Order: sequence, then structure tokens, then C-alpha cells
Amino acid sequence: MIKYILRRLVSMIVVLLVTIVVISTLMYFVPGDPALIMLGQSATKEAVAELHEKYHMDDPYLVKVGKYIGNLLHGDMGISFKSKTPVWDELMARFPVTLRITIGSTVIGLIIGVVTGIISAVKQYSVLDRILTAISLFGASAPSFWIAMMLVLLFSVQLGWLPATGSYSWKHWILPLFTLGLQCSAGIMRMTRSSMLEVIRQDYVRTARAKGQSEPKVIVNHALRNALIPILTTTGIKMCGYIGGSVLVETVFALPGIGKYILDSVSYQDYNVVQGGTVLICICCVIITFVVDMLYALVDPRIKGTYGSSRRVKKVKAKAAVEG
Amino acid sequence: MEEKKLLEIKNLVIQYEVNKVIVEAVNGLDLEVGEGECVGLVGETGAGKTTTALSIMGLIPDPPGRIVSGSIKYQGEELIGAKEKRMRQIRGREISMIFQDPMTSLNPVLKVGDQIMEVILLHEKLSKADATRKAQEMLEMVGIPANRYEEYPHQFSGGMKQRVMIACALACNPHLLIADEPTTALDVTIQAQVLELIAGLKENFNTAMLLITHDLGVVAEVCDRVAVMYAGSIVERGTIRDVYKNTLHPYTEGLFGSLPNLDEDTDRLKPIAGMMPDPSDLPKGCAFSPRCPKATDRCREERPQAAEATPGHFVACFHAAGED
Amino acid sequence: MSIFRKKNAKKGPMAEVWRKLKKNKWAMVSLFIIIFLILVALFAPLLCPYDYALQDYEHVLEVPSWAHPFGTDNFGRDIFSRVIFGSRYTVLIGFGCITVSAVVGIALGLIAGYYKKLDGLIMRSIDIVIGMPAMTLLMCLIAVMGISLRNMCIALCITHIPSFARVTRAQVLTLKNQEFIEASVALGANKKRIMLKHILPNALAPNIIEYSLGAGGVVLWSASLSFIGMGVQSPTPEWGLLISEGRQYLRTAPHMAIIPGLTIILLTFVLNYLGDGLRDAMDPRLNK
Repeated sequence: MIKYILRRLVSMIVVLLVTIVVISTLMYFVPGDPALIMLGQSATKEAVAELHEKYHMDDPYLVKVGKYIGNLLHGDMGISFKSKTPVWDELMARFPVTLRITIGSTVIGLIIGVVTGIISAVKQYSVLDRILTAISLFGASAPSFWIAMMLVLLFSVQLGWLPATGSYSWKHWILPLFTLGLQCSAGIMRMTRSSMLEVIRQDYVRTARAKGQSEPKVIVNHALRNALIPILTTTGIKMCGYIGGSVLVETVFALPGIGKYILDSVSYQDYNVVQGGTVLICICCVIITFVVDMLYALVDPRIKGTYGSSRRVKKVKAKAAVEG
Repeated sequence: MEEKKLLEIKNLVIQYEVNKVIVEAVNGLDLEVGEGECVGLVGETGAGKTTTALSIMGLIPDPPGRIVSGSIKYQGEELIGAKEKRMRQIRGREISMIFQDPMTSLNPVLKVGDQIMEVILLHEKLSKADATRKAQEMLEMVGIPANRYEEYPHQFSGGMKQRVMIACALACNPHLLIADEPTTALDVTIQAQVLELIAGLKENFNTAMLLITHDLGVVAEVCDRVAVMYAGSIVERGTIRDVYKNTLHPYTEGLFGSLPNLDEDTDRLKPIAGMMPDPSDLPKGCAFSPRCPKATDRCREERPQAAEATPGHFVACFHAAGED
Repeated sequence: MSIFRKKNAKKGPMAEVWRKLKKNKWAMVSLFIIIFLILVALFAPLLCPYDYALQDYEHVLEVPSWAHPFGTDNFGRDIFSRVIFGSRYTVLIGFGCITVSAVVGIALGLIAGYYKKLDGLIMRSIDIVIGMPAMTLLMCLIAVMGISLRNMCIALCITHIPSFARVTRAQVLTLKNQEFIEASVALGANKKRIMLKHILPNALAPNIIEYSLGAGGVVLWSASLSFIGMGVQSPTPEWGLLISEGRQYLRTAPHMAIIPGLTIILLTFVLNYLGDGLRDAMDPRLNK
């Protein structure tokens, strides 16, 4: 088990480092002089030079990337061109919003998705299965920002039950969380269904029935446990997606999250923020992936130790990535 | 064999419907198993042996399978149409089953010990600790050290897994054990061991057994009586002595003819000509008539009913029962 | 049944998939809707009843009527014409990007699967692309390249390459060890020939699923990017942008946002449905 954790940990750090290098490299090639962005186009040559000196803007590529990673270790992502404040502080001020959206909508999605997925698989080809499958396909096909607007239209404009924008009370969170939660559940439902269908006809499920086990326990203890890995994978991918992709919902509901911050910074050409935000999202994703990997080992005893099964996991991941 | 009948199957008809094609898996089957008796059910792959076994357990997958008519009586109690709750009490406690493929019949994500404990907890009022102790005893009984309780199925060999399955099946001391080709999936060297184990335990527990196999040699060794199945129905049944020494049905004869015999110095085996009929398109008359060397027009037109040739020896053939 | 399958196997994997897909009524309906939408996109100028950019301040924010089947927007522009003309962007971006991704991805997959030396490099690069959330990667790429239609398309192509490369590589690796490939190696066929004549046609089949699902994905992403202002810019009538424009009028003229949303869903829904249908048709376990 320890060997498994260590190996995952090492691969996690490697992936993270490479990703940061790639992002830094991309940002290195951004056209335009950050000093001019900070000072405005009318800045004097001396002021620009001074700024270049102060923030080491003229460092060669490798030095820059190396310094970035070094500074990152103690939470230094440089300063925002626009507000002149540390990027790290700005990001941390907004991070709770994104985190809340991510965790909240994943929990909602997981509950709805797994329950409907199981029902659909157990009652395969029934009318209920067809309806649930159609709804989930609809959910997977609809743009999240459009669903968000439709929920606003119904619950805020028409019924007046819930506020449309802002983040002042718990009521403000219901619509954003359910927008992403419902969309998340669509993907998880589809994965749960196909994964359950794969295991539900396995011999060991029949064995459990032959022991006299009750049907709900057969489904949950025997079938679901074996179907869990693809579901976990999808959930992990969805969570990463929401850490980075909740920008759409944040825009509609005017929530001050990371995604919205990066988006705004792109238009201000505030590339330090774009870089910092992207790196932060990637760190979160790597952590989520690591947690999911640990859960795999808890769920399936075969995964510990054998390399063959981590290839199995990769296969599932690739499949989930396409569907998610 | 004039004891009280433990299991009595009468005129059982089971159909599967796949893509609007009806497959007649079991077709008017009669079978009896007495208390403490061992009955062999012999037939080719696809003759409907496993379907018969599953129907006794009430585990025919529905859809696509359906018990059309007939009766299955266990200790005088009708099992077809019995309440699911009653069936759950019977499964594992009264009747238990060992499946063909031990590789897939154990749940890969649960500890083997817990899989044995599961059936004990379901049917016996024991505390978890006591159930664990009993599961360990069962492991020892099938020849697996109790300290392997915590291991998972992938750490076991095929023969060991089948031993675990046997422990599961016998844990609650059932009256009837259905063993569905328990050794087919195992290495030849282990087959005899496992078979011996089953036969020995059956004696100790005084359990009746329905042994499903295609191996006539095994039947002769273990069983008291034998029933030969062809295309969904029993063509001949009786004591081992009756059927082996006084073979009446041409199909049974064919089965013996296709076995190598060490006593006689024959150069070639005599395989039965032709193939099993397509169960979705059975011939109108005797199902064996297309392959039968003795077939007459009557055989092709009319389905022979089982008749008692000598006391306790039934055969379904026009040529055997002196009707020629 | 086995005889049946053999007969079809001779015609190649594609014909077999097509035969099964034809039995799936709703998948065929989806296919026809897709073809219909592509035709609409191609012949958009002929189908628009009004000029999509024509402003008519007499008829502002009108609800759907006979004269304006989808109503009008805040400038009095006919939404029906804007949606029809917008299909040029949405539908063509969708298929254009996914086609480019497919070609590049399949090529990379073939190379990775066939030349062991390049396998590691290609697959690790792809892992990085997959490792980042799609939205973050898209925003990052567009931020670096600058906001424009062309750059959005490039970013969309990059994010959709991995799935094709992975599927193709996996397929090549399985096919490489199959007997008929070994037979042609034994007969002295050269590598390039084997790859193009034998492996490529067989590796293409599963990519069709990726293509259909991926096209739906690109449509969704392009609409999303346009919605947040990182893609197509106003006054182009791209569907995501139409929804974005409708956002300000959600209270007074909800049809402005509802209708383009429904058209996006129609397109992505049928693409996803077709993808599912193809997946079922290619699933050997569901062999009928």
C-alpha cells in the first residue's frame, strides 16, 4: 500500500512540475510588455526599465521558469499587473467560492447521478430507464450557462423564490450549485448506468443472490462496489472541470470565483494572474486525481501493487474523459 | 429409493426470449432427488442443465428467461411463484449452489472470509464474531488455512477459489447442494481433489446433491442415480446400474460410445453424428431424431413421453419401452 | 449466427457498423438531423427570410410571430435569420475543428502505436493536455494567442486531439499483434504499406464515436467560449453569443436566450445520441 501511495505521489509531482513548466513556457511567449500594461502606453522609458529591473522581466527563459517554480514553493506567484497586489492573495480570496461550487455541485451530482444510474441499470430497457437516459443525455448536451439562465428565469424571474445573482446568503448558492449539480449528475448517471450494466450480469452477483442476499444489498454491496471505479474516475474529472470551468456559472450568477477572475484578467492582459490561476487549478486537479487514485485502492484490492491494474485505470479514465 | 422426495420437478418448461426469438431451454423436464441422495444430471453443453439448476434456485434472469409451466416442489413446497422473501430464506440455507467458474463466481473486491460470513449472517442468528469464527472453521474444513480469511480472491488459485465456493455453499448446512459442473473450469490435476472434497463433505453433512456434469465417469463414481438430459428434457433416468448396464436410450448409448474404453481394444471412438439442435428451432418429434440411428417416421412426427421400462428406470424413446 | 457474422466481416468493419446502426431508428433520425443542420449551414443565405444584421427599430424584442418565427432582438433583428446564419459558425466550427483534431489525432495515434521510439513522447504530451481541465486549457491558450475566432478554433482543436490519438494508438497496438498483420509482415510487406492498407482502416472505426461525441463537445465549448467573450465577437450571430446577448433581456424577452439555447441542445443532443448509437453498434457484447 505504501509503495502504491509513494508511486502515485511521485507521478503526481512529476505531472505537476511538467504542467507548470508548460504553462510558464506558454506565458513566456505572450506578446506585449507587462511593464507597459502596468504603467499604461504613455509610460516613460525610464519607468519601464525600472519596472523591468524590479520584477526581473528580462531574465532568460530557463531562469524565469526556475524562479517561478522556486517562488511557488512559498506561495509567491508574483503580483497582479492590474491591482499591484500579490496574485496568491487575490486567488486565495476567491478560492473559497470556487471550492464551494465544486464540492457542492459534485456532491449533488454524485447523489442524483448514482441513484438514477443504478435505477436505470437495474430496470434496463424499461420506460423509466429510457426516460432517465434521455434526460441525462439532454443534461450532458445542454450548455451549463443556458441551464443556469433557464433556472434563473424559472425560479427568480417567474416564481421569485430565489435570488438570481450574488453570493450573500445560502439562498444565493442554490441555483449555481444545482445548475452544475444537475449537469454533473447527467455525466455520473451515464457512467453509473454503463458501469453497473457491465457488472450486474457477473457471476459473483448471481452468487450473492444464491446465498439468499436481498436484492438491494446485492446491488449495493456486490454490484455497485465493483462498478465504482469508473464512477470515481468520472467524479474526479468532473471536479477538476468545475474547479477550472465554473467560470460559466460564475459569470451568470456574478460569483467572484477563480474562473471569473482569470477571465477578467485575460481582458486586462494581467498575465501573472492568468498564469497563477491556471497553476492553482492544475494543483487542485492533481490533488483531486491523487485522492481518486487513493480511493481506487480502497475500493479495489487488486489495484494496489500491480502495475497492470493502473493501466486498467488509465483505460477507464480515457473512456470517462471522452464521455465526461 | 423410496424415501420422501426432497426435490420433485414435474414437466418444467423454461423459455428465453432474445430479440423476439423464443429459445426453448428446458422442455418438459421431470426430475427427482431424494433425501441425502446424489443425482447426476448429464448432458452436452447447451442441453439446459444450468437453466434447470437456476430455476430450482429461482434465479432465472427475467427478462429474458421465463418459467412457462411445470412445478418444482421442495419438501412438498411449490417453489415456482413462491414469494421472493421465502426464496431468499431457501437460497443458501435449504438449497445452495456451487457454480461452474470459480474465477468469476467470487466477488473480487471482498475478502474471501467475509464472503463466507455473509451467508452465515444471513441465515443464522450469530454475532459477527461468531460468524467470523464459523467462516474460519469452514475454510479449514475445505482445506484452506484460517489465516487466509483476510485475503482477496485474486490471491487464490482456481482450485482454492472453488474450495471457498464450496465453503460458502455448505456453511449453513443445506439439505440440497446443486453443483453445476464444479470441476470443469479447473486443472485436471485438481478436479479429483475438489470432487473428493465435495463428496466427502456431502457425506458428513448428509446433504443431498444434484451434480451437473458432462462427465459420465464422475457420475458413476459419486452418484446414486443419473438423469441424462438432451435438448431441454430428460431422455433417460434411473439408478447408475440401470442406466450404465441396461442402457435404453440411443442418446445415452451414444454418450457411452463416445467415451474411450480401456477394457475393450477399439481403434476409434464412436462420436454421435450431427450437432445439438438449435433450441430456438427444435424438431417436431423427438429432439434426438435427426441424429438417431434408429429414428423412424414416428420419431420425427411425435414426441416420445418418458415411460417406466423397469421400476425406477424411465426412458423417453419409442424404441426402448417396448413400443416398437 | 457465426456464419452470419463472417459474411459481414468480409465487407470490413465500417459496413458492419453501418448495418447495425441502420437498425437503431433514433440514431438514424439523429443522423438525418445532423445532415439537415449541415445543409442549413451551407445554404444559410438562401434560407434567411431577412438579412441577419438588418436592424428594425419598429419591431424590437418582439415575441415569436408569423413574420418573425423566433421573434426579434433588442435591435429588431430577426432571430430566425440570425439562428440560421449563426449555424454557419456553430455547425461549421463544430465539424471543422473536430475534423482537424481527428486527422491530427489519428496521425499521432498511428505514429505512437507503430513507432515505439516516439510513443512515450507523444503519449506524455497528450497526458498533459488531458490532465488540465478543458476550460482552463482553452482559456490559457486563448489568453496567450489572443481572442479571435481563429485562435478559438486552434485551441478547440488542440483540446480534442488527445482522445483520437489515444483511441487510435490503443487500436493500433491491438491490431499490430493480430494474425493478418503478422501474415503480411511475413509476406514482406513494408511498414508504411501495412499501416496505411491494413491498420488504418481497422483503426478508424472506433474513432467515429469520438468524432460524433467530439463534434458535440466542440459545439458546446465554442458556444461557452463565445458566451464569456473569449470566442466569436459581436455582432456575429454565433449561437452562444446569441444567448449571451439575450442574457440582458432575460426578464423582458426570454425568447432571445431560450431559442438559440434549444438549437445548440438539438445539435449536441443528436451528435451525442449518434455517438451512443455508434458505440452500441460497435460493442461486441451487444452483438445482435
